[in-house]
Amino acid sequence: MSQALTFRYEIDGDDFTRAGEASSSMKNKLKQLGLDSDVIRKVAIAMYEGEINMVIHADGGKITVTVSDTEITMVLSDTGPGIPDVEKAMQEGYSTARAEVRSLGFGAGMGLPNMKKYTDEMQIDTTVGRGTTITMKVYI
Amino acid sequence: MNTNKFIRSVRLKESACRGCINCIKHCPTQAIRVHNGKAHIIDRFCIDCGRCISYCPHHAKIPVYDPLSVINNFKYTVALPAPSLYAQYNNLTNADIVLNALLKLGFDDVYEVSAAAELVSEATREYIKAHAEEAPFISSACPSVVRLIRVKFPSLVSRLLPIKAPVEVAAEIARARALEKTGLKLEEIGIIFISPCPSKVSYAKAPLGIEKSSIDNVVAIKDVYPLLLPHMKHDESQLEPLSASGRIGIGWSNAGGEAGGLLVDNYLAADGIVNILQVLEELEDEKLHGLTFVELNTCSGGCVGGTLTVENAYIAAAKTKRLVRYQPVSKNHLADNPELTNICWADNVEYEPVFRLGNTFRESLQMMGKVEELTARFPGLDCGSCGAPTCQTLAEDIVRGDATENDCIYVLRANIADLSRKIGHLTDSSGPGTSLSEEEDRLLHRYIKELTTELASFGVPETPGKEEPVS
Repeated sequence: MSQALTFRYEIDGDDFTRAGEASSSMKNKLKQLGLDSDVIRKVAIAMYEGEINMVIHADGGKITVTVSDTEITMVLSDTGPGIPDVEKAMQEGYSTARAEVRSLGFGAGMGLPNMKKYTDEMQIDTTVGRGTTITMKVYI
Repeated sequence: MNTNKFIRSVRLKESACRGCINCIKHCPTQAIRVHNGKAHIIDRFCIDCGRCISYCPHHAKIPVYDPLSVINNFKYTVALPAPSLYAQYNNLTNADIVLNALLKLGFDDVYEVSAAAELVSEATREYIKAHAEEAPFISSACPSVVRLIRVKFPSLVSRLLPIKAPVEVAAEIARARALEKTGLKLEEIGIIFISPCPSKVSYAKAPLGIEKSSIDNVVAIKDVYPLLLPHMKHDESQLEPLSASGRIGIGWSNAGGEAGGLLVDNYLAADGIVNILQVLEELEDEKLHGLTFVELNTCSGGCVGGTLTVENAYIAAAKTKRLVRYQPVSKNHLADNPELTNICWADNVEYEPVFRLGNTFRESLQMMGKVEELTARFPGLDCGSCGAPTCQTLAEDIVRGDATENDCIYVLRANIADLSRKIGHLTDSSGPGTSLSEEEDRLLHRYIKELTTELASFGVPETPGKEEPVS
């Protein structure tokens, strides 16, 4: 018997101090599932980076996390500006974050690279002016 | 499973417990439930932080520790005073006044925990230097911090500093010296720690990181404090020079003291259970960068804020600073303590997944589905009336088989309202004298039976005495 559980989060776009609440909540659920700490760590970091990106660039969005027998799938979708050059955005240190965001310690250009680094699969669907949907998978 | 693994040193005084929800709301690991009008502490969730002791308005949470009379159980006793003991006294300028008073009180010798703390500081400096690439390290001196990480932060277990706590190092040195000095047998020597908190009581019985502690008994600062007063001589020429610790060692009693002894700049020192939980979350998420050392104290203010102390934590912290003002930085060195064979942990601390819902991932996943379903049905007020701290914890308890949906008074109220409506509907459609159809009669009976069952469970505790007493 295989069963999948889905968790949905709404990410508020105008509050930096609250960014990270969704990944923190998800992390605690994964602990209750008794998953390996390495898997939990990967999901928590990748999801946190995605969550921060949504707040910085896209005025928030939605995250859906599905936990199945074999993998954890995170789908982060927003209706933000989209990513004009995905290849460039994937480079470590490349950031388009505003100066005031950087002054808070964000926008170091490690978001997308970290999301790729900590997940087993990552796919970016983006349209400039329409929004971005990122699908990440971490195998269990 | 070792039954001692989740030993705790907070006990419920059942006669004093009124079944209010103060403790369940303040417990940082959601380890307490109120069932049948009494609080119950769940052993495996409890980290011995002592917060429920501070918050219980009815003083029903009692710290467990040994009476001072334990010194009569041994031929020779050594007192290990925590540095926070000194901070209890006003205008104390010399630790020897306290140490000499301890001898007058009946101890045969003293060994300051602060002296051992300086050895731990030295060992930590060396360890950090040798393992720089594995930083940050999390201090392991507070037993509640170690327990918290062990049950809640699996990815941080490996970051715990694998060095014995100062009190353990003190106990080992004190025992070795007493054996040498007296020629007595091991069991004839009592190593007695004068502690600021009950967490160390659990530690002495079931230490983490080592097999067995060298501490025999743990007594409370608040018990010893008044007894020393009449023995405290302020004529310093009459005092035997016993104190052998400097600024670093005594400074361990305050939050930031341990980190201060490492002589590194990139550290974080947090105190108070709420703050340390936040730091641990952030460390786990790798949000804190560039740190070498993380000092965490469960009690606000550090050890001076322990529940077995007398003085206000912040006043005590200032007194510590005053006491050490003219002291040298450190008076103890590892090289001078050959009796200490190994200052490092012998065992690894293992993650204990006590908050896992089921026994396997698959079972947990299934249970979590039910938890989510149930949580959605509850009002989300986290009112605590059910005896669980939040609606989510009630749902988890139900799925684990430890509670029922009707423990939620809102669910119960809705069920009763629904049944009342159904009964009302049936009785409205048939006035007095008119007979009910067989079907209506059957339904009415069923509804009334269901209603009385619901009402029977409504706030009426089951016969007391059936449940196992908590102690």
